[in-house]
Amino acid sequence: MVAENRLSFHVPEPEVRPGDEPDFSDVVIPRAGSVPRPSVDVDPKDIRDLAYSIIRVLNRQGEAVGPWAGALTDEQLLEGLKHMMALRAFDARMLMAQRQGKTSFYMQHMGEEAVSCAFRKALNPGDMNFPTYRQAGLLIAGGYPMVDMMNQIYSNELDPLKGRQLPVLYSSREYGFFSVSGNLATQYPQAVGWAMASAIKGDTKVAAAWIGDGSTAESDFHAALVFASTYKAPVVLNIVNNQWAISTFQGIARGGSGTFAARGLGFGIPALRVDGNDYLAIHAVSKWAIERARRNLGPTLIEHVTYRVGAHSTSDDPSAYRPKTESDAWPLGDPVLRLKNHLIVREVWSEERHKQAEAEVLDTVISAQKEAEKHGTLHAGGKPSTRDMFEEVFAEMPPHLKRQRQQAGV
Amino acid sequence: MPRMTMIEAIRDAMDVAMGRDDNVVVFGEDAGYFGGVFRCTQGLQQKYGSSRCFDTPINESGIIAAAIGMASYGLRPCVEIQFADYMYPAYDQIVSEAARIRYRSNGEFTCPIVIRMPTGGGIFGGQTHSQSPEALFTHVSGLKTVVPSNPYDAKGLLIAAIDDPDPVIFLEPKRLYNGPFNGHHDRPVTPWSKHELGEVPQGTFKVPLGSAAVRREGSDVTILAYGTMVYVAEAAADEAAVEADVIDLRTLLPLDLDTIVTSVRKTGRCVIVHEATLTSGFGAELAALVQEHCFYHLEAPAIRVAGWDTPYPHAQEWDYFPGPARVSHAIREVMEA
Repeated sequence: MVAENRLSFHVPEPEVRPGDEPDFSDVVIPRAGSVPRPSVDVDPKDIRDLAYSIIRVLNRQGEAVGPWAGALTDEQLLEGLKHMMALRAFDARMLMAQRQGKTSFYMQHMGEEAVSCAFRKALNPGDMNFPTYRQAGLLIAGGYPMVDMMNQIYSNELDPLKGRQLPVLYSSREYGFFSVSGNLATQYPQAVGWAMASAIKGDTKVAAAWIGDGSTAESDFHAALVFASTYKAPVVLNIVNNQWAISTFQGIARGGSGTFAARGLGFGIPALRVDGNDYLAIHAVSKWAIERARRNLGPTLIEHVTYRVGAHSTSDDPSAYRPKTESDAWPLGDPVLRLKNHLIVREVWSEERHKQAEAEVLDTVISAQKEAEKHGTLHAGGKPSTRDMFEEVFAEMPPHLKRQRQQAGV
Repeated sequence: MPRMTMIEAIRDAMDVAMGRDDNVVVFGEDAGYFGGVFRCTQGLQQKYGSSRCFDTPINESGIIAAAIGMASYGLRPCVEIQFADYMYPAYDQIVSEAARIRYRSNGEFTCPIVIRMPTGGGIFGGQTHSQSPEALFTHVSGLKTVVPSNPYDAKGLLIAAIDDPDPVIFLEPKRLYNGPFNGHHDRPVTPWSKHELGEVPQGTFKVPLGSAAVRREGSDVTILAYGTMVYVAEAAADEAAVEADVIDLRTLLPLDLDTIVTSVRKTGRCVIVHEATLTSGFGAELAALVQEHCFYHLEAPAIRVAGWDTPYPHAQEWDYFPGPARVSHAIREVMEA
């Protein structure tokens, strides 16, 4: 008789914890320019290895190399750099505003600026994003007024959402930015539904879905993939793998077992992994996936490999669960710095011009902030009316809400 | 006027809605080619094509999420969850998303969807083909909840729901699909063709959401009911030999409070009947409203007859289902109080 082994329970643990030396030695980083660029009508079966590699354009010297390079002009790249710088400056100011008590909450994008800023520039007007709370670059790069974002964060009298929604959960139909929900992953299959609608109507618009690495564990991630695949919906399914879901490392969502991108393959959805800190690579890969969708070739899944440099939110302290210097060790570097260096290599940018641009961007953000603060912050100045609280629950206010509004004395 | 079953009336409502508005799309599990496990969508795919009426993967959350996404694009999806008992995987999408999108986006995005779900017991459906989850919807701000009790209302309410700018939960008592049912399971069931409410107008007509119907008038007691319980209430009133106002609520939210209050102030007595479990059921809301608005007119406590606070059993179907004996007992109780 064979002796019975007792079972043991497995809980994944990150390689390192606070106080340890950061270690990304297990993250395989392919050489820039080494991944081929297939045509958009490629048979998904022939590009399965793209789900296990990382598409990169910018090399260590700051040069754009390989088949995914060359799509963007100097002007477009300079604009991209400014969008990322604006988002970073915006984040810094709003983080400070939260610390000053001007709002209750904020979430920054530090390290992930390239993902949403580059993706936005690959879309056409009329396309619709279904973002999470960490894609404000879609708004910044889309030209949405910064002051309106701040009005929302401050829940002031000009808040487009009338003070009903937590800071950073923006909404703008006009700018192709679907109302952000606090409930994770719900928007992922909604994006697929929007794309299905566009196909049903014979439209030319496409949708983009957004999710983080942690939220891929939600049931709706699966729902989205099966619907997108079944109906060949014109949607780009983005996963932003920033390695962390609040305090849980990506292994708790079972990252590291293959890749997040590879999950698309089981549904017959072509999947690409991209260097999430490489503006040029993200733009090129996004363009490819968006073109596939627009040519009715179906969905594409993109895993953006990046790192969440900042705290999860203003209510979080990452030093409690990961090494303080981990972001410095992240092998894909900083997206702003990398694009800046590339532009210097292209000889269209310089350290001085960068410094000057930083000052200009900061001025723009500060003047937007002054403008927004004229209309109130969370606890001071103008605010939405109590009556607004009762509006828009339904298209027309039903009798029971009218009674309650009356009871509230408004 | 043509005679229809409730199934035919529901199908006709979708047919009418799809015929006059290209943006109306119908989908769900088995809802396409096969026409639905209850035949409610039969023929719609053949008539309107598979981009207007189609089968979905077995994923309730995906069905509702797709409908929400489509509605935000500008379509008007009317989707089916095969049994109300299986809406739970979609509950997050219904509560956190459909119900709140208008509010949280300040009206930038809206969610004009209808979610049809066969509901209720009395069919030996056991635990997962008999539930009445309406209270889980009426508790949610931003949803409208409708429960028709006959073919006429089913068509008129469904067209109104499809036209409505807000998300509507449309609960169809499957026990009533083929004929009215008063709880006397040992007696033959009459088909809708023998019932006046089986007469359904052709083409577009609406029964407005938020209006109750007084099914019969009497001065002794008010019975508040909806769905299958409307017929149980009528039978019970006969058996208790009382003159009852039987009010079919039709829409639970928005609720037609005026009709309820007028009746209870007249009768001074109120019995509330539903199939769903008692505790925190919609009857609790009704009882609270009746005592708030009619306290000085009440001659007896408003009482509730409901499903027991257990999961819906199989073998004990008729011990569980609040049939005419239990309801008439309750009526006599309030009459004697």
